[in-house]
Formats: sequence, structure tokens, C-alpha cells
Amino acid sequence: MRPQRLTGWLFAGPALAVMTVFFFIPVLGGLALSLTDFDPYALADWHNLRFVGLGNYLVLLERPAFWSALGNTLYFVVAGVPLTMGLALAAALLLNHRLARWQGAFRTALFAPVVTTVVAAAVVWRYLFNTRAGMINVALQAVGLQPVDWLGNPRWAMPTLILFAAWKNFGYDMVLFLAGLQAIDPFLYEAARLDGASAPRRFWHITLPMLAPTTLIVGLLTVAGYFQLFAEPYVITEGGPLQSTVSVLYLMYDDGFKWWHLGMASAIAFLLFALIYAVSFMLLRLARKRGAA
Amino acid sequence: MNARRARGLAGAALVAVLALAACRAPPQNPRITTLSFWAMGREGEAVRALIPAFEREHPDIRVHVDILPWKGAHQKLLTAFAGDTTPDLCQLGNTWVAELASLGALVPLDARVRRTQGIDPHDYFPGIWDTNRIDGALYGIPWYVDTRLLFYRKDLLARAGFDHPPATWAQWARQMAAIKRMVGPSGYAILLPLNEFEQLESLGLQSSQPMLRDGGRYGNFQSPGFVRALRFYDRIFREHWAPLVNNTEVPNPWTEFGKGYFAFYFSGPWNLVEFRKRLPADEQDDWATAPLPGPDGPGASLAGGSSLVIFRRSQHADAAWALITYLSRPAVQLRFYRLVGDMPPRRSTWAFPAFADDPKAQAFRVQLERARPVPKVPEWERIATQLAVVGERMAHGELTPEQAARVLDRRSDAILAKRRWVLAHRGAHGGDAP
Amino acid sequence: MVLGGLIGLAGCALFPLLWMLSVSLMPPGAADTLPPPLLPQHPTLANYRVLFAQDGMGRYVFNSLLVASVTTLVSLGLNLGAGYAFAKLHFVGRERLFQLLVGALVLPAQVTMMPLFLLLKWMGLVNTYVGVMAPMLVTVFGIFIVRQYARSLPDELLEAARIDGAGEGWIFLRVVVPLIKPIMVTLAVFTFLASWNDFMWPLIILTGQEHYTLPVALAALSREHAQDTGTMMAGALVTTLPVLVLFLVLQRHYIQGLLLGSVKG
Repeated sequence: MRPQRLTGWLFAGPALAVMTVFFFIPVLGGLALSLTDFDPYALADWHNLRFVGLGNYLVLLERPAFWSALGNTLYFVVAGVPLTMGLALAAALLLNHRLARWQGAFRTALFAPVVTTVVAAAVVWRYLFNTRAGMINVALQAVGLQPVDWLGNPRWAMPTLILFAAWKNFGYDMVLFLAGLQAIDPFLYEAARLDGASAPRRFWHITLPMLAPTTLIVGLLTVAGYFQLFAEPYVITEGGPLQSTVSVLYLMYDDGFKWWHLGMASAIAFLLFALIYAVSFMLLRLARKRGAA
Repeated sequence: MNARRARGLAGAALVAVLALAACRAPPQNPRITTLSFWAMGREGEAVRALIPAFEREHPDIRVHVDILPWKGAHQKLLTAFAGDTTPDLCQLGNTWVAELASLGALVPLDARVRRTQGIDPHDYFPGIWDTNRIDGALYGIPWYVDTRLLFYRKDLLARAGFDHPPATWAQWARQMAAIKRMVGPSGYAILLPLNEFEQLESLGLQSSQPMLRDGGRYGNFQSPGFVRALRFYDRIFREHWAPLVNNTEVPNPWTEFGKGYFAFYFSGPWNLVEFRKRLPADEQDDWATAPLPGPDGPGASLAGGSSLVIFRRSQHADAAWALITYLSRPAVQLRFYRLVGDMPPRRSTWAFPAFADDPKAQAFRVQLERARPVPKVPEWERIATQLAVVGERMAHGELTPEQAARVLDRRSDAILAKRRWVLAHRGAHGGDAP
Repeated sequence: MVLGGLIGLAGCALFPLLWMLSVSLMPPGAADTLPPPLLPQHPTLANYRVLFAQDGMGRYVFNSLLVASVTTLVSLGLNLGAGYAFAKLHFVGRERLFQLLVGALVLPAQVTMMPLFLLLKWMGLVNTYVGVMAPMLVTVFGIFIVRQYARSLPDELLEAARIDGAGEGWIFLRVVVPLIKPIMVTLAVFTFLASWNDFMWPLIILTGQEHYTLPVALAALSREHAQDTGTMMAGALVTTLPVLVLFLVLQRHYIQGLLLGSVKG
């Protein structure tokens, strides 16, 4: 047994060492940093660094920019997650339907946006949705509708980002749903059909309950991902108009790496983490209660 | 230096990609100095054309020009400072000199100026030279000057019944109202991109009250002068003289100006070249430039532009200085102007006929006489971006000018809190902080 | 109707990508006319020429390829070793450590970015390829999927080799690695794609454009004023085409990894 112990460490050691240096130490460091007022003055001279305790967190809670970033992020999550998951479920149901053909090709096509580079896709989106010359508005006008000021109107900018995210990400959720659907015992459907259950009833009483564990996982993954909104507003709207697309991470990036208030930025990061954790925890609790009932 | 390298190597070894580090720095001829020079946007593109002549004069120096986009430049510079990756020399917006100097990132240049024949401080516009002087030491050599004024469509103004550009805000308002009436809902009188702060900043500079008070310790935006500027800016949007857009939504302002989407464009000298290049020849007589109207008469504007600075971390300060000297020659500045349209900071360069005989450039000369610097505090850039943020909210009708002024004061006071502490601290401890 | 729905959805999914391709082939300026054309009348590579000649795209392609490949190789080595150790080798603290790793999954990478920057600054690795790769080299996800896969290997096989007197290194390379090849492909595709598409960290740590990866370079180009639509679409295509092709070739492995990774909860 003894040599194996050493071997285990030899095999796992390098990975764990890298992980410690580039992940675990920074996590602790970030926690410490969030308790200081690290800023450009401190960057120039360490003597200008002050320990501020929970000061950054308290300042954040009083800062309108933080609340509006939080509101924007929640809007993105609350509207974006159901839309993405709904699209994904619909696509998965269609793919899994016995009348569907060329499933492989369709799955690939529907999944393609997921593997495209976010930044590249966002650049495409930015031109497609341009108010004056974008293809989308040209198409709207062609069918007699009013053009929409997609990226210039603070009411429309976030919905445009949500559309983008749904387009970009639904394929991911779809693949997970598809796996979930394929795991459902076909006998259940057969039995229901014999009992005369209509298609909507079968969907409601068999598909959805059987898919519940998958839905939970998909939901958790999508929620966590959507809370980390950054590249989309960075490329498409640059946070505007009227700061309406500044997300929590965008604020963290601005505070941290534009103005070099690394203390404040760390506090934002930890607040975001706490939020994601709390929401995931609530979802899990909710799911468990439902499962028990 | 050695400890740092050892740590770097340890880190690299840890991730087992030493081979990569080796191919990162190809072996170089030790007698050749390679200067890393950061320049921004169009200036960067233009200066690349000036480098070959410099390299012929100095066969032992090679210059590598990196071009930063203007929009991200301030952030890039701070990041480079934070990451110890500053270049040897750099084009630095002169409103940023105070910031980088106070961080200790720049080398003072007074001694070099005294030793160098080609650079005579008295040949430079004094207001511009002064923006490079922080707490008595000189940190930059002005490279070109920049100020904001009006580009306008002569033909549209004439059609609206005006044969002169405006000289006061009242006249300007009358003209914008007339143009808006003429072009209707699909056109506008002026373009003021909501994510740019320079326009509101320039209007604010026209007031006799400074934007910060008590040695740059607190905001002074509730002063009557700045509130008046806010009211005027607000009115432009209230009356729909300007569209509520960001510059991301008008990716090509030059063609839009040509099409008459707006008649006034509040911008800087680089657009002289752009308009000349991008508008067709038969439209070239339709536009002109005019100094900025002021609240009650010809107005002041931003003393902007860029300086050339040498970073403290540079190992090649002498070579960098040679390049600065070269770029400061009047003949080279003339070539630079021809390439990019940036106005020279030296009176001797303005004597060339290229400037003396160009009425569109002369408006800038007039404006430069009335150029004023922005407050020299390291936090200014951050406060200025708040001008855009708050100005945008006001333009959208979320704030009144008075509320906007209050918000600006509150935010500047918060942004300046650390500065107040550092200043007090420095006083208490004998001033060894930077 | 099912087919119609699928065709509609697939059309929506692919339209932006096809539009990107189409506009990138238009002559410069053609896409900016009103109304914008849907298809290029005279397809040309002019935009690509501008991109590579003026904007130095070649350099960014090289950077991206280098960063993604080296990250993939190194992370493959590190994650395989660790995943195998957690699955098949007994060592002190193994279970605790593994729980710690899985627990760390809840921490988003962003909480580490600020201190990581300072750490890399201290090491002199800001604005280097190593700096970009650092946080990607070991992932809990990688260790996890390798462990899951390696657990299915029969212990008898390893014991037999040990009784034959084989060294642990030899067993790993000659017995284990050939058996877990499928998961290696999965992990490699995943890492390559993640590294190629990564944006926020490279944006932070790369301070000079000579090291820019494609996404960072593209974002910088698009945030500058007045870029021609065609050029930008060409840039977007160059950025995204390699990963799309890689996915098309290896999609089975990719989707398998995606399913494996999602059962972590």
C-alpha cells in the first residue's frame, strides 16, 4: 500500500499544486482584498492601502450603480432563463418526436450557436440589430412594422441581449433535455395512449414529471451561467444605453480593471457569488419540496 | 530584478511551459535598442509613417509602435501600470498626465528639456505646456493640441436663414431650433453622442467657476456656471435638437453629416481630415468649422491634445527622448498634420502656409487661444465619465439640471474621498507619499 | 409540422451565422448601403485581405492557436493524472480532497480574478501567454470527468500489471491511457473550445495587443469607431470558424462531455 500512497500524490500533486496557486490562494486573497480599499493609490504605494473591514460591502449596498446593475442582471436571469429553457425544451421535443427526420443534422444546426465564440456572435448581433441599417429592422419594415430602436432605447437593449443569449445558449440546454427525454421509458407513453390520454395530457403528466431532475440541473446551470453576464453587454452595448445593460460583472470589471479599485471589485465578486449560491440553494429546496409532495 | 525573474521562472516551471517562455523573446542584436511606443487610434497609424525617417537617422534604434484604440486607451494605460507592462514612451492625453504622474509612472523631463536645443518651451502655447506641469515638475512634451469646436453644414445653415455660425449660446439655440423645424422629425440639428463626456465638459469649462473646489478635494458642479451649462445641454435634448444616441449607434458620423442627418457636429481637429477624406469633393464646400459659442460671447473650450511621456520603468530613456525630440520638430509636425490633421502645439509650426492659408484650421487657432485645462487631479477621468453618465440620464429626462448637478457633486466627493485622505495623510507624515 | 418547426428553429439558429458569412464576402462598403443586401453580388475576399494586412489578424490567429493548443496539452496531462489518481490510487486525504474540489465548483472564477492579477504581476507574468493560460490549466470539471470514466476500469487489470512488476508510470501510460482515450478526446475538445472562446480573463491579463487572442482582438476592433461591417464579419468568421469546424468533426465527444459534466449535481 505504501508506494501507492506516494504514487497517488505524484499523479494528483501537479494538478493540485496548480489549482492551489491559481485558484485556492486567489480565492482567499480575494476575500482579503475585499476588506481593503485597494485602488490606484495603493498600486503606486502600499502605504496607501487601508483595511476597511466590511466597508466595501456597505458602500455597495448604498450605491445606486450596484443596485441598478443587480436589477439588470436579475432581469436578464428572470426573463432569459425561462425563455432559453422553453426554447430548448421545445427544440428537444421536436427532435425527439417520432415524426422528426434528419435528427443528427438538426441537432448539429441547433447546437451550432453554442460553440460559436461569444464575442464573434455578439459582434454579428450588434450589426444585425443596428437601429438604422440593421437587417432586423429592415425586415420589420419590409413586412410593414415599425422599426425598433433595439440598442438605443433603454427599454429594448436588455431584451435584445436576452434574445441573443437565448439564441446562443438554448442548444446547450436542448442537448441535456434531449438526453432526459430519451431516458423516459417509452412504455409509459404506450400505456397512457392505451388509456386514451391526449398528447398535451401525456406531456403534462408523463414528460414533465419524468423530466423534472433534468429540468432542475438545466435550470441550475443556466441560472449560474446567466448571472455571469459580461461579454454580451461589453461587446454589443458597452453597458448602455443609460447604463441599462450594466451587469454585476460588468460593474466588477469596470471598478476593478478600468479604475483599479480591486478591493471594491472583489467585494462585488463575492456578493455575486453569494447571490448565485443563495438562488441555487433556493431552487434546490424548492425542487426537493416539490419532489417530496 | 533577479528575484522577480526567479519568481517568474518558478511560476512558469510550475505550469511546465518553459519552452514557451524561451520562444517568447527571440534573440536580438544587443547593439540595437528596440523602443516600445504606444500611440492611439489615428495618431498611431500616422506615426508609423514617420518612424522610417527616424530609424534612418538612428540606425541603432528600432521603434515598435502599438496602436491603442482611443476609447480603451485610459484603461489600457492604467492596466499597463498595474501590470508593470508600460512601454518606453507613450502618447498620453494631457488630461491624464496628472494621474500617471501622481502614480509615479512617469519620468520628469525638465533636465532633458534644458539640455536639448530643439525643444524651446517658449515656442509652445503656454496653456498647453502648463497641462504637463504637475506640482512644479514637467512630465510631458506636447505633441499636438486638441480642442473641441463646431463643424457645421454651411448650406443647411444658409437654408435655415443664417449666414454666420453662432457666437453665443442664445444664437446657437435659435439656429438649432430653425434647423430642426426645417429638417423635421427624421433629422437633427446636432449630434451629441451620449456616451462622450467631452461636449458637456467643454461647456462646463466655459464657466468662470472651476469644476472642482478646495484644491481638487470636492466637486463644484452646483456652481451657477455649471448649472447653466447643464441647462443648456438639457435643452438641446428637450427640444429634440439632438438625437438620444450613443456613438455606437452612429458608427459612421461622417456620412451621416454628409447626408444631413445633423447640421452641427461638436468634435475635434482630427475630423478635419476625416471629413476631407470621406465626403465627396462636391460636398467639401458645404461645411466649415467655427469656434465654440460661449454663454455670452465667444466661448472657451478644452485644452486637450496629447503629450509624449517616458515611463519610469523604461530602460531606454535616452532613445525615447531622441524619438520625442524628432517628433517635436516643426517639419515633422507638419507631416504629421498632413497625415492625421492634428494641430501642432508650436507657434513655429503654425507659421507654415498649410495652417496660415486654411480657414477651416484657423478656427482651431482662434479656439486654442481660449483653451482651458481640466482640473489636474488623478481622479478627473473618472469624474469626467460621470459627466457622460449623469448627462445621459438628464438627457433622457430622468434628472433635472439641478438634480444632475447635485448627483455630480455627490459622486465626485465620493470619488475624491481617497484623495482627501492621501492629502491629509501626506501633510501629517512629512510628504513622502507620491 | 414537426419538421416545419425544426426547419424554422434551425433557420433562426443558423441565420446570423450565414449572414456573417455572406456579408464577409461582400466588397468593402457594400453592406453599409441601404437597404442592406442579403447576398454578395460579387463575392470577394477583400475584407479578409484588409483584416490580415491592416489589422494584423494573422498574429491573433497564431496567439489563439498557441494558447488553446498549449492549454489543451498541459491541462490534459495534469487533469488525466489527477483524475486517475482520484479514481484508482489510494492516498491519504483522497476523499476529503475530492470533496473540496467538487465544493469549489460553486465558486465562480470571477472571485479569483483580482488577486490572480496581482499574483501574476508579482510573478512577472502579466501580458504573457502563460498568464492567459494559468487559470485554465486545471479544472475541476476535467478532473471530475476523467475520474468518472477511470472508475469503470477493472481494478484487476491494474493489479495484474503490478504483480507483473510494472511501474506505476508504465501502468498509467500503457494500460490506463489507452483505455481512457475517448474521455481524453472529450476533455481535449472541451478545453480547446473553452480556451479559444474565453474572453474575460484574456481581456484582463493581456495588456498589449501583441498577445491578444482572437476574441479580445475582435472586441477591441468592434469597439473602435467606424469599422466596416464587412471587415467585422470577416473577423467574426475567422474567430469562430476554427471552433465550429472542430465541433463538427468531434461533436459526439463534445456532447458526451457536456452530458457527463452536467450530472455533477
